[in-house]
Amino acid sequence: MLAELLLVLWTLAKVLAIVLPLVIAVAMFVYWERKVIGWMHVRMGPNQIGPLGLMQAFADVVKLLLKEIVVPTNANRFLFFLAPMLALVPALAAWAVIPFSDGLVLANINAGVLYLLAMTSMGVYGIILAGWASNSRYALLGAMRSAAQVVSYELAMGLALVCVLVLAGSLNLSDIVTAQSGGLLHWFWLPLLPMAVVYFISGVAETNRAPFDVAEGESEIVAGFHVEYSGSAFALFFLAEYANMILVAFLTSILFLGGWLSPFPATWGLIGHGSFFWLLAKAFVVAFLFLWFRASFPRYRYDQIMRLGWKVFIPIALVWVLVAGLLKYFHIVAPGA
Amino acid sequence: MEEIRNYTMNFGPQHPAAHGVLRLVLEMDGEVVVRADPHIGLLHRGTEKLAESKPFNQSVGYMDRLDYVSMMCSEHAYVRAVEKLLGIEAPVRAQYIRTMFDEITRILNHLMWIGSNALDLGAMAVFLYAFREREELMDCYEAVSGARMHATYYRPGGVYRDLPAQMPQYRASPWHKGADLARLNQWRQGSMLDFLDAFTADFPRKVDEYEELLTGNRIWKQRTVGIGVVSPEQAHAWGMTGPMLRGSGIAWDLRKKQPYAAYADVDFDIPVGTNGDCYDRYLVRVAEMRQSNRIIRQCVEWLRRNPGPVILDDHKVIPPHREEMKEDMEALIHHFKLFTEGYAVPAGECYSAVEAPKGEFGVYMISDGANKPFRVKLRAPGFAHLSSMDEIVRGHMLADVVAMIGTYDVVFGEIDR
Repeated sequence: MLAELLLVLWTLAKVLAIVLPLVIAVAMFVYWERKVIGWMHVRMGPNQIGPLGLMQAFADVVKLLLKEIVVPTNANRFLFFLAPMLALVPALAAWAVIPFSDGLVLANINAGVLYLLAMTSMGVYGIILAGWASNSRYALLGAMRSAAQVVSYELAMGLALVCVLVLAGSLNLSDIVTAQSGGLLHWFWLPLLPMAVVYFISGVAETNRAPFDVAEGESEIVAGFHVEYSGSAFALFFLAEYANMILVAFLTSILFLGGWLSPFPATWGLIGHGSFFWLLAKAFVVAFLFLWFRASFPRYRYDQIMRLGWKVFIPIALVWVLVAGLLKYFHIVAPGA
Repeated sequence: MEEIRNYTMNFGPQHPAAHGVLRLVLEMDGEVVVRADPHIGLLHRGTEKLAESKPFNQSVGYMDRLDYVSMMCSEHAYVRAVEKLLGIEAPVRAQYIRTMFDEITRILNHLMWIGSNALDLGAMAVFLYAFREREELMDCYEAVSGARMHATYYRPGGVYRDLPAQMPQYRASPWHKGADLARLNQWRQGSMLDFLDAFTADFPRKVDEYEELLTGNRIWKQRTVGIGVVSPEQAHAWGMTGPMLRGSGIAWDLRKKQPYAAYADVDFDIPVGTNGDCYDRYLVRVAEMRQSNRIIRQCVEWLRRNPGPVILDDHKVIPPHREEMKEDMEALIHHFKLFTEGYAVPAGECYSAVEAPKGEFGVYMISDGANKPFRVKLRAPGFAHLSSMDEIVRGHMLADVVAMIGTYDVVFGEIDR
């Protein structure tokens, strides 16, 4: 009995050890985003609260938590409050299977990739429910767009994952990383280059980020699905979006860029050895691309996003599944150690 | 089965892309617009009536507030109407200054337009880049008139005063200091003409920068090519002018067709589009910025070589100098008369139009011989453009409506008047 209790407590501690840094990472990422986009726009970005504006994100959190949550009169109250939780919970739960370093993973399950797919697809229910429950036309349009978009990009994303699975021969994320060991050229970005691009762009689309941010579409439907949300309910959506973004950045690094592995040979001492910092550095670079996109690209129209998903990405992905199969069958790409 | 109904959406007046106070009632079939019904009047201030209840010389300031992103062009139409009725003509240096400031205004307007249109379509960066250049030109407004926007710089009979011999400089502050301050003041060492010379030498490079972000961008093209096509016949039928008309391939420009101010003496081209879609209108406006830049350079060149009076010396219309008023009884009387009852304008009527950045801005004025106009009618280009909204956006998607509002370049100050 005591042993079981300890196990539960130990697991809870591990969960906290992931979620707390994640939430702080989201806060810092928001700050970094505003700073980077500011520089790209020849302005300064936040610089008032704390040294260099570093406390800006925390000030925003406090502001949001203190604000009133306004519920529209004809909204479905139950679903209205359920929606942000439905958006946030899968975004956080997905982190359970992310291997941060060799053996450093909360749940080292063999169906890790399937679990991830399930969790990332769940997030869209939060968005759809939010749009529907707020009983606003802008929100409904946003939910409609988001549903269509996520469904189409889920397919391309899934097919990109299939390629990785074929080459790695495993659904376990830690095994996928170890299958890439052997140096920069053994990582899956090389044999699966189009898939890495498809996966990342689908990830951008899944997280509703610019240039695919039609679900929010500021200049068209104001804020889309979360137009009626305020205060902490809005904060949950915000947190979910950024947690998802960081998740996609981590996943791209794990699936295609060798996860925690170092690009340098092991003889180079500290930087030659794989560690969490390598994963962090890779994810940071990938996450930077999100910001770069947002600062420079115009927004796609909703039907153009559909066209890109169905007519470009899915055919490429289908072909590359075949290519990956051939690469594997003829032992051109063999999983490392 | 229950019948499927279209639903109605209120687009504005409080909407990030409504450009002021446009209220657009959209009937939507899913994402597709079935009917668009623009509602106007939320910014109506009765400018025409105000102008009719004031002496002729007191309404110039109202013109700035019509189209508040192309201020001096509206002033120009008004002062030219008064000049026509009075039968006076501004000195040639004033004509050149007006030409130069009309073109500065055109660049100001098009910068605002390129920024907000790009922002509406999701490209944030261009907006902030455009405002960086806008700031420099706003400083020119401020240098000649003391106001960044509502200048009241043109007066019947000329312009308020000559161009400053020293361009105002940034002063050191916690935000601008050291190398940053030196960079900001680099162009501002000499006169305003020197400043404009440096600005116009650099500006084409800045336009290249915007084009780099938009012209070749696949997403930008997908969002604008083939969207909101206006055929030349439609453009005529709707009374479109300016870039809306030229985007459809009709080379109509009042600066060329009915030259006013110094436009007959400067060299410039009229860019025209071919397809009449949002993309062509974008290209036309970008090309117009380059042409305006050309005109400004020519004006700077001319103004450097030809000093002279910038306003008439006729004190029945133009207020006398302050110094004169201290000694000269007559000057004092003139001043008093001008600022209390203004001047009487011979009975008659006239229409004066200028090529404002958005199209033909016209003032139709009737005088009955009193010191106030009997009737002032303002012809705002945006009003004619906006009225075509329904016909053009029908069958387009919601996101295209946003692109279309952007390409109309609507400013409610002039539409509601």
